[in-house]
Amino acid sequence: MGLFRSVISKLKAGLTRTRQALTSGLRSLILGRRLDEALLADVEKMLLEADVGVAATRRLLEGARDDFRAGKLTRSEDLLEHLKRELKTLLGGPAVEMAQSPSGPTVILVTGINGAGKTTSIAKLAAKYRAAGKSVLLGACDTFRAGAVRQLEIWSERLGVEVVKGQQGGDPAAVAFDAAKAAAARNVDVLIIDTAGRLQTQDPLMRQLGKIRSVIGRQIPGAPHETLLVLDATTGQNALRQAEEFSRHAQVTGIFLAKLDGTAKGGIVAAIRHGTQIPVKFVGVGETPEDVEPFDADAFVEALLGE
Amino acid sequence: MFERLNDTFSGLFRKLSGKSTLTESNVREAMAEVRTALLEADVSLEAVDAFCQAVVADAVGREVTKSLQPGQEMIGIVYDRLVAMLGEAPAIPQDASPEEAAKAMMAEGPGILAVSPGPTVVMMCGLQGSGKTTTCGKLAAWLKKRGRSVMLVAADLQRPAAVEQLQIVAETVERDMPGGAAVVFYGEPEKSAEYGKAVGVAVGVCQRALAAARAKGIDTVILDTAGRLHVNDELMGELQQVRRALNPHQIFLVVDAMTGQDAVRSARAFHQKLEVDGIILTKFDSDTRGGAAMSVKTVTGAPIRFIGVGERLDALEEFHAPRIASRILGMGDVVSLVEKAREQVSEQEAAEIEAKMARGEMTMEDFLKQLRSLRRMGPLKSLLGLLPGVGSALKDVHIDDKQLDRVEGIVNSMTPAERRKPGSIDFSRRKRIAGGAGARPEEVGGLVKQFDAVSTLSSRLANMSALQKVKAVKEMGASGVGGLPGMGGLNLRSKGSTHMQSIKSRFKKRRK
Repeated sequence: MGLFRSVISKLKAGLTRTRQALTSGLRSLILGRRLDEALLADVEKMLLEADVGVAATRRLLEGARDDFRAGKLTRSEDLLEHLKRELKTLLGGPAVEMAQSPSGPTVILVTGINGAGKTTSIAKLAAKYRAAGKSVLLGACDTFRAGAVRQLEIWSERLGVEVVKGQQGGDPAAVAFDAAKAAAARNVDVLIIDTAGRLQTQDPLMRQLGKIRSVIGRQIPGAPHETLLVLDATTGQNALRQAEEFSRHAQVTGIFLAKLDGTAKGGIVAAIRHGTQIPVKFVGVGETPEDVEPFDADAFVEALLGE
Repeated sequence: MFERLNDTFSGLFRKLSGKSTLTESNVREAMAEVRTALLEADVSLEAVDAFCQAVVADAVGREVTKSLQPGQEMIGIVYDRLVAMLGEAPAIPQDASPEEAAKAMMAEGPGILAVSPGPTVVMMCGLQGSGKTTTCGKLAAWLKKRGRSVMLVAADLQRPAAVEQLQIVAETVERDMPGGAAVVFYGEPEKSAEYGKAVGVAVGVCQRALAAARAKGIDTVILDTAGRLHVNDELMGELQQVRRALNPHQIFLVVDAMTGQDAVRSARAFHQKLEVDGIILTKFDSDTRGGAAMSVKTVTGAPIRFIGVGERLDALEEFHAPRIASRILGMGDVVSLVEKAREQVSEQEAAEIEAKMARGEMTMEDFLKQLRSLRRMGPLKSLLGLLPGVGSALKDVHIDDKQLDRVEGIVNSMTPAERRKPGSIDFSRRKRIAGGAGARPEEVGGLVKQFDAVSTLSSRLANMSALQKVKAVKEMGASGVGGLPGMGGLNLRSKGSTHMQSIKSRFKKRRK
């Protein structure tokens, strides 16, 4: 329970602004007001402005509206509880653990569109595994963007982990091959593979992800054990398309929600869970390697709506 | 793309059919659907409400023009309002060609990109990951092409390797992009530090860069600042310091076109602190509905100047409100499609292929070339979605790009001689090709047969009248010859623009 509480407080700290905006907004909006159609409309507006999306917002409020009209929901406090409950159901139970290879290196493939925050998120994951006493190797497979390899290299120096890299403009699958081979030979605990940012509409690049996956899988059976999609928390409904397309091409197993330290509300998470089954696994809340938290739906909702 | 929006608009306009005057109640009912659709397109709530109010005010009481359906009348009102709202840069006429727009932008006056005496100082700012560094490179390429020399200044000392990235970008523009002017780089990599630790240092870097640019007689200085959150007061303060110290002629806010509701909050904060002069929307080549364009425009009032449409350094286009508006309205984005096609196939190449087709000399090699350039434009479905009226029809249709993979695989397995003379492919060759492509020999045979039929037809088509063409194509469909993927991709050019012109002229007529 102590651990759970510390997770909540850490998340809360990261989400302060989100919380201030949504909580102070939603709580003060709801509490102390009479429950009527106007209040329901205002709550709807607030959810929409948090990027929850039209469909998920409807789903969250549907029951409340029906109950209100049937006279079963009469107090605004109950509306708040109802929302909390619905959000928790939508976002699914507690955190889904990261998969771990039963023997040999656990391989994590990190994907996402350009500028989503992949490299910084990788630094955070690496720091996390390092702190847990695991040996970590990084694979710099973004051979496309200028400076990308160097960016990962600087992080690896700061974190004291090794990195396998290739030439700028080289074949990313070849680098993935080398990285997987090195990870197996050195028997590291975790291999994290960075990939070039790609828009989900770029078909050839999306298909390249499949190739990278199969190359890794041939070196290390069962790999990649996790394929994370890094999502920018400021993204709107297009995040759904990203989740769908990246899943189709790279079998995404989890979402890393980056940049939740701005004013973005991260409500897109609800839209994604409404539209797909992909769990959110991590939340990035700052620029330093420590600014990462495992996603916990209950804690997230508490931080979002609770005291 | 835009399916939902298209569906809604077409549904909306069906709803209005048969009414001769647009009344408050029927317009309001229709607008409720527009509102939902715009919200789903990530237009911020406040921008949506402002837009809807304006449309209602425009529409109510308006008599439906005799020659139009009420739905068409309404589409016109929504379209006009959308165009007005998205707005062009003030000095540029709405129907300006890209060349004219560029010329207007280079001219003196408000929204200048060229001051005299130089250098013109352009400052880029925005959130992390919005695409500032890449956009700096694209803008440099855009200016180089127009004969303006550029200095790219690495003022991002926060993100690891950001300085190196800009340096590589600068070198690439200088080496690979067309144009006569020089593109140089200025950076002080040793000043880089961890996030939040070198705040303020960028000011000095920018000042020294400007001095160096003056000494070299550079036309334009572009400052690539670090991505920052609009709520980080310290880093926002640094931008204000740069602004005070250098007094840039242009401050561009770079915004990811996929941004959701947060677009208004960040844009407003940047605008309040810096008085943004223009907006650049990036990643417009995604399937985003691009509602952020409306949001950002509403809160800043600053013109949207450019859109980023690809990874390549020449993938920067002048923003055209009518084009985006018609895209939103489900008229398709034929103009963009045409430009995409042009980008992939040079005029000369296209003319050569057309001539070859007319002579019936088209080979499998030409076909492969055409297929590849078509593929480079993106997934087939999203391309077709750009065509008017196709978007919503395609919603439930599954288009399998893998089919094209197979065709490409088969052609790839042919020898160059076979590609030039598909007639030479006999049974044993068919078997060999099939083996190489992982296909069945019948598939190879089928492809060759289809290819023959289409190339015969296209040489006939080239010498026919329009009516004859329609008939011939219908026959082709009936005989089961159609469906050879990639054929006719080039013809979109002429067809597309004619269609767009007819739409445009319809609106012009209606306005008069």
